[in-house]
Amino acid sequence: MGCVEIRGISKLFGNTRAVDHVDLATNEGEFLVLLGPSGCGKTTLLRMIAGIEEPTEGEMAIDGRVVTNLPPRMRNIAMVFQSYALYPHMTVYKNIAFPLHSRGMGKEAVRKKVEWAAAMFKIGRLLDRKPRELSGGERQRVALARAMVREPSVFLLDEPLSNLDALLRTSAREELRQFQRRVGVTTIYVTHDQVEAMGLGDRIVVMSQGKIRQIGTPMEIYLWPADTFVATFVGSPPMNLLDQGETLLGFRPETFLPADAVEGSEGVVTYPFEVTYLEYLGAERLVYGNVGEKSHARHVVSRLPGSLTLPLEAGKSYPFAVALRDLRRFDKKSGLHRKEGGPS
Amino acid sequence: MSGQPISNRPAYGAGEGFRDRESALAKLMIAPAILYIVAMIGVPFVLAILYSLSDATTGDPYIRIVGLRNFAAAFADPVFRLSLWNTVFFTLVSQCFVVLLSRLLATALLKKFRWKGLVRFLIMLPWTAPISLGTIGWLWMFDSIFSPIDWVLRYVGLLGTPGALLGAGTNLYYLGIPGLAISSVILVDIWRILPLATVIQLAGLSSIPKDLLEAAEVDGATPWHRTLKITIPLTLPITSIAFLFGVVFTFTDLVVVYVLTRGGPVNTTQVLSTWTFFRGIEGGNLAEGAAISLFMFPVLAAVAILILRTARRTEVV
Repeated sequence: MGCVEIRGISKLFGNTRAVDHVDLATNEGEFLVLLGPSGCGKTTLLRMIAGIEEPTEGEMAIDGRVVTNLPPRMRNIAMVFQSYALYPHMTVYKNIAFPLHSRGMGKEAVRKKVEWAAAMFKIGRLLDRKPRELSGGERQRVALARAMVREPSVFLLDEPLSNLDALLRTSAREELRQFQRRVGVTTIYVTHDQVEAMGLGDRIVVMSQGKIRQIGTPMEIYLWPADTFVATFVGSPPMNLLDQGETLLGFRPETFLPADAVEGSEGVVTYPFEVTYLEYLGAERLVYGNVGEKSHARHVVSRLPGSLTLPLEAGKSYPFAVALRDLRRFDKKSGLHRKEGGPS
Repeated sequence: MSGQPISNRPAYGAGEGFRDRESALAKLMIAPAILYIVAMIGVPFVLAILYSLSDATTGDPYIRIVGLRNFAAAFADPVFRLSLWNTVFFTLVSQCFVVLLSRLLATALLKKFRWKGLVRFLIMLPWTAPISLGTIGWLWMFDSIFSPIDWVLRYVGLLGTPGALLGAGTNLYYLGIPGLAISSVILVDIWRILPLATVIQLAGLSSIPKDLLEAAEVDGATPWHRTLKITIPLTLPITSIAFLFGVVFTFTDLVVVYVLTRGGPVNTTQVLSTWTFFRGIEGGNLAEGAAISLFMFPVLAAVAILILRTARRTEVV
């Protein structure tokens, strides 16, 4: 159980293609993250998987059964909304029991399941409260409990952490991940936050303008971006791209270091780096500047670990280097990664 | 400079004028509203109580207190008791229909369709017309000879031919037969309140976040289940407001009955407001008229309290 297969799915709103010929298949029990900027179609894709939105074209199957035109209640999926969408007139108990009552489960069985779900998310003491009496974190737990209580085969989450404050978000992320490992239910998670995506996902699906740009593990996405969009969307600050005529040369800011600090068994490339601006961020330093002379795309950032205390000054030039193995080449026209020297 | 006590320094904004004195300004601005309420509601209410305890007539409006005998006299009159019953009956029946129909209309108007703005405008139209004019229009619809309703019924063969479903007569005499007259009054009552109730219900329905209904859909609820468990409970407070407003308007209405039937035939459609008018003004017995009208007070007071309570209870999502 728990596999979603999507083939050639598109969604048109008027003349806009919100989702454009997407193919996607989840693995059993995997945590899949849909990542992209707002308006990239990730939420629309999730809503089509849920059955709330009908695809304009294409097919999809859940657990090997075609569900393209089935209403949500016949898909055995659960969804957590960005707003949590708790029923304001019902107590927490009734909120969690709602999906069970909907399928006509008996009273005693419902009570047991609700208590099980409440215990799992540690909200047993909140069962008699109304949603408006809960804090943001508690609401999120109730929403998760309501989604999990009927043991769906696929679990859909639409930016469930974006309404929490920063401190809570980190602990909620960790909890969510541990919980998903424990129950092992296939999860599709939508976010625009790359830190969330990298931290949570077994695999990440990077989307832009309705299309999938890359599917891969967080490491693949970060180290071997499929195109310049992925290269600059994932990573903060984004990957440096140097214009070299036909190709763009890419390297991560943390691989661009003072020449003495770079060790490359396969060799290094050294540039004179004119520093224009420095930012001290505690654990690290960001150094902004230019390399080369003629090309216009020569602005790069270097990210120095806090342990590297070497003095730098704006307005001066220093020799900086990148190891050859950290260099990526992209086609300038298509933006696609050039295969030579890719992951073997 | 810094050692000097603050009160010794020149005051900032010393030239403050009347415009800046908020409490005085507030009193001035609220005064017209208070005056209006006192003059238009307070004074007549006190007068009504005084009249109801007196023996004043239109010919001799001097107030001499005679006790509760006007109430006793009013209550002893079978026409009064019928009016009281009619008022309650017309109000409840019409408002039950209004709640149902306005919910249906509001649900339909939530959907997207062509000419939606125009349809909304047309539905609101009866509310913008003066009640008296609208009711006169209905008077023509119910005319004993020229009723267009009868004309249509005759045309489709339901009326006016031997063996027709509604009889062989050429007309139904809507306002001349007790049962039909009562139905006609209730119909116009419904027609009159429906636009307001629809707008209120529309506001209630569109205030439900879309997320909630989608969540219920994903949670496995059928459309019927969603309506019953989500939409109706969430819109109950605002539906009650629509109902209670309708009750106030219909309970106190004089125009519909006065224009359509003048309480007839033989007082079968008489309501408290018309009976007050016929007794107190046309009949000249001011004191008894006042007593009759005061019978509306407890109901209206109760409804007003309910409205205020419900409005406060409205669920904040």
